[in-house]
Amino acid sequence: MFDRRLVQHFDWGLLGLTLLLGAIGIITLYSAVTAGAPTPEKLLYIKQIIWFGLGLTAMIAAFLFDYKKLDQLSFFIYAFCVLLLICVLFFGKLVSGSRRWLMLGPFTIQPSELIKIGLIIVLARYYAKVANTGGVGLRELIIPVILTALPFILIVKQPDLGTALLLVLIVGSVTLFVKIGKRTLACIIAVGMVTIPLVWFFLKGYQKGRILTFLDPDRDPLGAGYHIIQSKIAIGSGMITGKGFLKGTQNALSFLPEQHTDFIFSVLAEEWGFVGSVGLIILFLMLIIWGLNIAYGCRDNFGIALSFGVIVMIFWQVFINIGMVMGLMPVVGIPLPLISYGGSSLMTIMIGLGLLMNVRMRRFLPE
Amino acid sequence: MFCIMAAFAVLVARLFYLQIIERQEYNRLSENNCIRLQSIDPPRGMIFDRYGKLLVENRPSFDLSIILKDAKPLDQTLYRVSDFLESTPQELITKVKRKNGFQSYKPIPLHQDIGRDVLAMIEVNKFDLPGIEVNVRPLRHYIQRGVSAHIIGYLSEIDPKELKSGAYTDARPGDFIGKFGAEKTFDGFLRGKRGGRQVEVNATGQVVRVLNTVEAQPGNNIYLTIDQQLQEKAETLLGGLAGAVVAIKPSTGEVLVLTSSPSFDQNAFASGLSLKQWRTLQFNPFRPMENKAIQGEYAPASTYKIITAIAGLEEGVIDTSTTFYCPGFYEYGDRVFRCWKKGGHGTVDVFRALAESCDVFFYQVGQKLGVDRLAWHAKASGLGAATGIDLDHEAHGLIPTAAWKKQRTGVPWQRGETLSVAIGQGYNLVTPLQMAVLAAAVANDGVAYKPLILKSIESADGKIVFRNEKQVLRKLPTSRRTMDIVKRGLWEVVHSERGTARIARVHGINISGKTGTAQVIGRRKGDTSRKIERAPHQEAHAWFVAYAPSEDSKIAVSVVVENGEHGSSAAAPIAREIIKTYLQREKPRILTEDANATDRLISLNSKPNPDKLEKTNNKSQIPNNKQYPMTKNTNSKQRFGIDLSNH
Repeated sequence: MFDRRLVQHFDWGLLGLTLLLGAIGIITLYSAVTAGAPTPEKLLYIKQIIWFGLGLTAMIAAFLFDYKKLDQLSFFIYAFCVLLLICVLFFGKLVSGSRRWLMLGPFTIQPSELIKIGLIIVLARYYAKVANTGGVGLRELIIPVILTALPFILIVKQPDLGTALLLVLIVGSVTLFVKIGKRTLACIIAVGMVTIPLVWFFLKGYQKGRILTFLDPDRDPLGAGYHIIQSKIAIGSGMITGKGFLKGTQNALSFLPEQHTDFIFSVLAEEWGFVGSVGLIILFLMLIIWGLNIAYGCRDNFGIALSFGVIVMIFWQVFINIGMVMGLMPVVGIPLPLISYGGSSLMTIMIGLGLLMNVRMRRFLPE
Repeated sequence: MFCIMAAFAVLVARLFYLQIIERQEYNRLSENNCIRLQSIDPPRGMIFDRYGKLLVENRPSFDLSIILKDAKPLDQTLYRVSDFLESTPQELITKVKRKNGFQSYKPIPLHQDIGRDVLAMIEVNKFDLPGIEVNVRPLRHYIQRGVSAHIIGYLSEIDPKELKSGAYTDARPGDFIGKFGAEKTFDGFLRGKRGGRQVEVNATGQVVRVLNTVEAQPGNNIYLTIDQQLQEKAETLLGGLAGAVVAIKPSTGEVLVLTSSPSFDQNAFASGLSLKQWRTLQFNPFRPMENKAIQGEYAPASTYKIITAIAGLEEGVIDTSTTFYCPGFYEYGDRVFRCWKKGGHGTVDVFRALAESCDVFFYQVGQKLGVDRLAWHAKASGLGAATGIDLDHEAHGLIPTAAWKKQRTGVPWQRGETLSVAIGQGYNLVTPLQMAVLAAAVANDGVAYKPLILKSIESADGKIVFRNEKQVLRKLPTSRRTMDIVKRGLWEVVHSERGTARIARVHGINISGKTGTAQVIGRRKGDTSRKIERAPHQEAHAWFVAYAPSEDSKIAVSVVVENGEHGSSAAAPIAREIIKTYLQREKPRILTEDANATDRLISLNSKPNPDKLEKTNNKSQIPNNKQYPMTKNTNSKQRFGIDLSNH
């Protein structure tokens, strides 16, 4: 069953990049959690190593079988993820006002992360079929809109507006990529231009306030705005070469909120400076270009859409997360791929990378 | 591809800006860790009584704390600061050590409420005390110590359970929240919303620049329905004995008085209670922490005869012509049930039975009714159920039925027990509030309003944001005729020659009421002595429920004095004084209302001729103004009658 060519075409480069980024993540996490006061969080980095190991297993599992088989399974995977999202609303753990996590023994999982992969697979299957029959028109968009709206609403209910919007960005990018008709695009833009002011008009005062604060953290100087200031100080004080490993002071004094999850980049930027930060960005850029190459090198529509979906997911998370901690983007709970602490996020990204490898190593196989 | 490159270029450009161009500024900010967040606590709303008298305010409390990062050398600073405080340096050191290793830029509290004198000394020596910080915090101040403590309530530190519950959204550990009484019920209105400011501090922790401020939103002010002067009067009258006084305005259900005695000092809670103080309160045999007006469950005793009379008349087992002979006892089965009057009342009808509280009459009414019909009327009148007042821990009381006893004890109802129940003994339990609501309902010819303690809510800048409306709680299923009969009987309690509450008479005011004497322990069989040697805590509880004036009542009162022995001697005088004080206090108001009402009436009837209108107005006002001092106590019944009929 196992073709020798599969081993030949295995993507060692992508694996290397993944391991490298993962290692950087664990090292930074070590610094983020061990500095400062002794808390139970100190052992988080060990937990993250375990997650990374599990992630590698999931990654291997994701490339061992032929991705074309996903075609038939796609809807079940999607339905399973949606089911988990429904469970979260009922049985989820309440953490600072929102229900995002499901408790499973010693681990907690975040179904809003897993749904990204589920959605990418189901959309890839749908677009692969549509592309065979011709371009994407308005009618063909109905199903993707429904498929996205379902998890979108469930995630907004948690509430986690950031992750919900990320889903829209991923779906939007994939849709643009599969060559949407020009008239259709114009239609969507026109509808959007009309609806957004209308919706705004009907929103209540406090809802408007919430959205404005979401877009502009300075409106909330005691919450998000304060976090961004501390994050900017941490990044800026890293200067050119950084304060050195384990020497970050902002981090050590716990000025940084969520320094091991959403704000991990600030920790890295403070300790490794401009050089280290740009280095990390370049590594991400390499990963993305690598992924795009895989997409362009693939010969079937399903594989193309699938790998492109994974790539845009990584791209948007990197861009939003780093933009956020530098005060360019709204403060949303979007983790930095492979670097931020969080098992579900790590698993999702590594399954995605596994699928990329899968597509890559089977590109020369006959149909 | 192009998009991705562009996006990453933006990120790198931003990094370049932060880490290369602005590096000096951010490095400086980072070195002192000097951007900090200070919380601005919102001033809690004030509480007023119905006439706008201030009951609760906030006064500044100066709290001393230390920031370890700035306090160097630490020991020396603590030694110096201890000179100004009552604590020894050792105490301060242990206080600080306990929190050591914990975020060193966060203030550790050293001493609360240091007072203005100490504050002045600390401020003068500020430069020898690095890292010492004085924060002003509003402290709750209950202006009249102990008065209305149970209805106003108190604040206390939020506990972890409440923090987790999600009911207190922007609360933090260490915050004080309403824990009892109105402070708890209306906490959400009183609390306000926390603000804060981002500040830049220098190396010694002094604020050098305020970057951003979010103002705190002050809480709303609350106007209660209570009359503080009357509350004070009630507390003086109870004189520290265990007991409760409730007074209600029958036409609206507004609670004028809700007093539980003995009281406690709420200010002690506001500044944090010591363990010893708490124990003293907890183990006081008079239970000061209990709001006896709503939590105290007492046998209603003879006040319950109001219900027995209503039930008997409604069910047709008695009428105004029904008489029973009272020889001082009643034999039923193999038991002898005594009347409180050993020599007997002779032949009594329902009016005399109420006025003189004849037990034998009501034994027979109860026997004819049976326990379940009696219980039905009691429950329909609101006994045995919470009234729904806006206060925590309201007790339900208990109205026994045959089924209830069977279920609870497994023993079937004994018919003799109905006789005890009919005179308010046995299993019956009611709260003083329930009896006040009942008295108000009788005064109102059967309409009971929900007892209200909130009059209105006002925003911090003085705009009324909420005005409480009266709500009908229930209508007693009682005919007008029955009501008139019972009301006449209750009037006779005070005003007939042998009425049990003759002591409650006030010149010029018609008062109706009912006394009650609730036995704490049953007398032993064969014990015929009227007063035997009993420990004080075994003495009977004294009851008096009343309303006045008898027609168009302005106030309904219920009084319980624990172990006060006789309703007539211990409870009735208290009710009398409350009624007298309130009506005298209200009289000027009622008179002006009267005058206004007459004006309106006249102006409505007269033709729209401005000259004439003015004349009639003057005419109607002058006699009223002149009359007031002369007709102080006389003719008041008529006046009240006019007042209401005009409305």
